[in-house]
Amino acid sequence: MDKKTLRNLIVSVVIGGFLGFFALRGLFGGGFLGGIVGAILGAGIVYLIAYLLSLFPKLASFLANNIVTVIFVAFVLLGFMVTKEITLKNYIEQLFESVFRNSFLLLSLIIPVIAGLGMNFGIVIGAISAQLALILVRWFDIPSTLGFVACIVASTPLAMLFGWLTGKLYNNTRGQEMIAGLIVSYFASGIYLFILLFAVGGIIPVAAKGAILKEVLTRTQRNLLNPLGVGIRVSVDLGSLKYSLDGIWRLPFVTFTIIAAVGFLAWLVIQYMRKKKNPSLGKSNLLLTIAGSIVCVFFVIISAIVLITKNATYMALRPAPMATIIVIALLAVATNFLLKTKLGQDFRSVGQSQQIARVSGINVDRTRILATVISTVLAAWGMLIFLQNIGTLGTYTQHSQIGMFAVASMLVGGATTSKAAVKNAFIGVLLFQSMFILSPAMGRALFGNPLYGENFRTFMVYGVIAIALGLYIWRGLKAAKNKVEE
Amino acid sequence: MSDCLLSFKNVSKSYDGNYVLKNINLDIQAGEIHALIGENGAGKSTLMNILFGMSVIHNTGGFEGQVEMNGKPMNVKSPHEAIDYGIGMVHQEFMLIPGFTITENIKLNREITRNNFISAVLGERLKSLDYKLMNMDARKALDVLGMDIEEYTMVAGLPVGHMQFVEIAREIDKTGIKLLVFDEPTAVLAESEAANLLQAVRNLAASGIAIIFISHRLDEITSLADRVTILRDGELIVTKNVKDTNIVEIAELMVGRNVNITRDDAAQRTYSEEIVLDVKGLRVGMPGEWVKGVDFSVKKGEILGIGGLAGHGKLGIANGVLGIYPASGEIQFQGRPLPLNNTKQVLASGIAYLSEDRKGVGLWLDESIELNIAFTAMQIHGEFLSPLGLQDSKKIHENALKMIADLDIRCTSSLQTAGALSGGNQQKVCVGRALTQKPQLLFISEPTRGIDIGAKKLILDLLRQLSEEEGMTIVMTSSELAELRSICDKIIIVCEGQVAGILQPDAPDAEFGLMMSGANRKLEGGLAV
Repeated sequence: MDKKTLRNLIVSVVIGGFLGFFALRGLFGGGFLGGIVGAILGAGIVYLIAYLLSLFPKLASFLANNIVTVIFVAFVLLGFMVTKEITLKNYIEQLFESVFRNSFLLLSLIIPVIAGLGMNFGIVIGAISAQLALILVRWFDIPSTLGFVACIVASTPLAMLFGWLTGKLYNNTRGQEMIAGLIVSYFASGIYLFILLFAVGGIIPVAAKGAILKEVLTRTQRNLLNPLGVGIRVSVDLGSLKYSLDGIWRLPFVTFTIIAAVGFLAWLVIQYMRKKKNPSLGKSNLLLTIAGSIVCVFFVIISAIVLITKNATYMALRPAPMATIIVIALLAVATNFLLKTKLGQDFRSVGQSQQIARVSGINVDRTRILATVISTVLAAWGMLIFLQNIGTLGTYTQHSQIGMFAVASMLVGGATTSKAAVKNAFIGVLLFQSMFILSPAMGRALFGNPLYGENFRTFMVYGVIAIALGLYIWRGLKAAKNKVEE
Repeated sequence: MSDCLLSFKNVSKSYDGNYVLKNINLDIQAGEIHALIGENGAGKSTLMNILFGMSVIHNTGGFEGQVEMNGKPMNVKSPHEAIDYGIGMVHQEFMLIPGFTITENIKLNREITRNNFISAVLGERLKSLDYKLMNMDARKALDVLGMDIEEYTMVAGLPVGHMQFVEIAREIDKTGIKLLVFDEPTAVLAESEAANLLQAVRNLAASGIAIIFISHRLDEITSLADRVTILRDGELIVTKNVKDTNIVEIAELMVGRNVNITRDDAAQRTYSEEIVLDVKGLRVGMPGEWVKGVDFSVKKGEILGIGGLAGHGKLGIANGVLGIYPASGEIQFQGRPLPLNNTKQVLASGIAYLSEDRKGVGLWLDESIELNIAFTAMQIHGEFLSPLGLQDSKKIHENALKMIADLDIRCTSSLQTAGALSGGNQQKVCVGRALTQKPQLLFISEPTRGIDIGAKKLILDLLRQLSEEEGMTIVMTSSELAELRSICDKIIIVCEGQVAGILQPDAPDAEFGLMMSGANRKLEGGLAV
């Protein structure tokens, strides 16, 4: 038996056995015996898959290169198999709610990756700017859509300043930008906590000395502050700012599906035609275009059926927030547009080789700072979209998770620390949020306790980041080794 | 001269009072191919750095003399300004971005842009790239060179030869290019690729562009260039028409007779015939110093020299034997096979190594002289340790004092940090550490690099003394032929990662020059030296 077969066998027994054990136990409610049968079956199936893959080396290497995505797809499929309590309607509703909520934040990560800075964990600082702006706007009680605009206006200069400082830091921590971003986001959180916990009311006066808060402050202002008048409350209700963007224009979800599917289909066809006419734009892929078109047509037909039959369940899906969707689509288009400008080309040059870019006369440091500023500002706006959807601000915790979750989603979507595109953001947000929705139910089904599902979520988030970063380094080492052997 | 495009007038350059270029006068004419040759450190790169206004020149006080173009003085402050004068350079290491297409590389930071509605508001940098025009320009440049590859191909997968052409295409594409500098363009190319490149260079020259061609391949120069200028030790030795000279003469002039070889005792040196180290088929993956299959053997008690030009792999040999860079092949040491890629084992079997990177690998600059001297012996042979396995400071101190006295290390105390010493004394500390290991074989690379002239001789004398008094076998690698010739018993010349030949130290200059240039193989039988 050669080394490769042995490796395949061991991997199949471990992975297949592990998954199979719990899958069968969950599916049939079977006890330990069922688990053992599942383990044997699972190992067999995984080994068979591995064997089949070895017959198609091209497909195998494609899957290996997208291993994080593959794991997630498998996980989501397994989730559908074992959970019974989450209906399709439920799933769609929850999924798209979080997709619309998170997409903008994810898109803010693309440019730093292209400029060679890796995953910008510093978007947390953008989120902090957004939260500061939000609290200000609540203080002055600017309502609804006007309030949302005020948030944008207030958060942008803050995010620009912080982004500029972060960019400066990145230029001084070359090669360690991701770690620097992680640490500086903790540092910024510390300052943010100090300001909101203590400085507001403690140093910055909220009312004249000795005044009775009830007499000088409005109700919203009092709701913002802790009862003693020092520090912001742990949880702030956003009042009319909730759905201030989402609520501008809503369409029935089925209508949205049709519009989105038709739009995507048109985009696919145009891309294909353009590439076919002009090979310098890239390789046209007929198979992928057809597959994509079929999916689009499928969704159009399904939606049409729902519309015609007036299916009560699916007509009742929460309406799609068109304004948010348009903003996300605009950012996606703008990102792609930016990459085709001189500035975008500079980002790419700097990202590929700082030295060559410098020799060619590109101002490397400024370009990197600009990439960080853009990312931070976009993150601030993304955080505002996120918060207006949720409706309450977890003052002291909300921002801190944003960085990890967004980065994990991007990686799940097939991005790496040196390569990212708009499509990675969308694939990532779909898969990652699916995992989020399914895991508590899976925890209940497989382990008899939804809490395990919660733990599993956390495990997946950090696991994905660890795997992706590990793979990145491992591939680098392998490439270096191959070079020596040449 | 009316058609004199570029002239260097009395150009000198010194670093801290040390002249690396002395009074260079050189004219380049439009449409000529002018070869520039010299050993490492002869001043070729400094001259080019002056031409391109590299920051290393300006940050060290500029240069003396004047560079003129078409009779008017040039004032180039950065490589980017050189473009405005119509001067371009084709680099030895490719300045190409692998993830970009050929077009994108050719147009790097010179992209053609067009306005769009956003750039009208937010400014220049948001103009769209005009890929169509860019592709057309790239196509034109590639056509000039006779390359029929698609301009939108990624550079990453291209053969090395094509990459070189992309570099050239980039320079041609720059408008108003008048002078192109080629820095060892054929060093990385296969023979057929090199032939294509040389033809392209001829075509360019025929179109009126002046070419400065830096190469060590003498046969290339004689077949390609119109004139050749030889630099040695910062001085311009001679500029000659190629048709008035030949390879042997050029090689001789390049190495020069300025070496004062004092080897009064050469005849008396004896060493046994026993082979200590036998290396077969050694390949080493040291970036920039690749070794591609080297065989040699070292006899007990001899001083073996390894010479050759920079980048040809002479430094890779010692690094490969010691396992510092990945290596493959077979090595026998004292009759037993030596494990590859295992530095600890190699050191434990009685080989000591003084790296060419004295400050990076050779010393802890922030630790005391004592510890620097004792460390390897402590780590590998378990010496200087108390019964409990802790450092025995007393023994370390005594040993250091002995070495300081024996080697005459000039320091204030044995507790001084190594970084505070001068280069020569640092090297002595390294030697001290090697001696503490009591090795049977000593590898020493670039022993006199970064050491002032007075101290150089001390180090070399020390090595000879070690050989004569202790009978130590030494393999010494150096870029300075003169120092190899002054103490070695025989010298291996490495060229393009392989052994070009073995010479006696008193062999004629021309033989050294030819071997280092790899020209000796092509001359065999033809020209007797």
